[in-house]
Amino acid sequence: MMNENKLVSSTLQLADSALILGQRNAAWCAHGPILEQDIAITNITLDLIGQARNFYQYAAKLMNEADNKNETEDTLAYFRNERDFKNYLICELPNGDWAQTILRQFFLSTFQSLLFEKMMQSSDTQLAAIATKSIKEIQYHLKWSSEWVIRLGDGTEESRNRILAAVDYLWMYTGEFFIPAAYEIFNAADLQQDWLHHVAIVFEEATIPFPAENQFMQTGGKTGMHTEHLGFIIAEMQSLQRAYPGAEW
Amino acid sequence: MNIQIRKFYYGDIPEDTAQVGSNHSTTNENAWPLWEVFIRSKQGLDHKHAGSLHAADAAMAIENARDVYTRRQEGVSIWVIESKHVHASNPDDAEMFYEPASDKIYRHPTFYDLPDELKHM
Repeated sequence: MMNENKLVSSTLQLADSALILGQRNAAWCAHGPILEQDIAITNITLDLIGQARNFYQYAAKLMNEADNKNETEDTLAYFRNERDFKNYLICELPNGDWAQTILRQFFLSTFQSLLFEKMMQSSDTQLAAIATKSIKEIQYHLKWSSEWVIRLGDGTEESRNRILAAVDYLWMYTGEFFIPAAYEIFNAADLQQDWLHHVAIVFEEATIPFPAENQFMQTGGKTGMHTEHLGFIIAEMQSLQRAYPGAEW
Repeated sequence: MNIQIRKFYYGDIPEDTAQVGSNHSTTNENAWPLWEVFIRSKQGLDHKHAGSLHAADAAMAIENARDVYTRRQEGVSIWVIESKHVHASNPDDAEMFYEPASDKIYRHPTFYDLPDELKHM
């Protein structure tokens, strides 16, 4: 039973992170800096929401089997409260400008590419299957966002200032990936060196100075202790289902 | 009366028509260059022109093309070329270019009696 709760919580953690970042990125729809990039970020959004659906469906199945509940992907996304969400804090932060959105995507895609590679080897065949399906999408997100980080960092004075400001703002939210929550079945702590290594390669190409070691890192998202931003996201995202429960297209 | 008709593809509104009728400078120096996109479908042997888009460099053009033109599994291979490198025939030359061929139907292989055994011709 304990293991099963861990499995459910870990699956929800992965689902929530994909959903909340997807919801954030979706706000760029029709506001992208140029039509082609508007479509690109929206594609990434749809990939993330697709991942979230796979994880939620699996979590719902596990919960229903264990406790005779009646959960679905929709009840998990639309009828859980702020404190129940387990997403990384970085996912819920405001979009800011294009540089901030890009850099957040780069940080998360780098992490996801490492985590999902590990998940592909999982003894849980369902999680392994979801990871195998998602990794191709993530590799593209990583390529796309890496190139943007390089383009902005090694671009104009304006773009450089913006990406440097984004590094300042986002860096303290990157430590949370690697600090395991009690329920987590994938220990991400040993992915940190690989993550730092990959980020350093891209930062060097982008001529972005690498942040100093041992900085203070924010935590709490994985255990439901969120920033003030998540409540607003959830209020907007859930309002329709809360007002008209079970509404369908 | 001088009527000018120009054909635009999705995502392709050239800067020089963005402010028709105004006295503003119509060149946007910050605009990304235009690229022509060619997609080869899974069954296709050749890359076909799919449209055009804006991108800062070739790598971005290919990625933009992937996002804009292959979202619905339209293709398995992408070529891009900066639009300025495409040389087009002049419409004013149409008469001398194309009309001389119109009365030379013997250039089509339609005057042969093919044996019945020959298929797929």
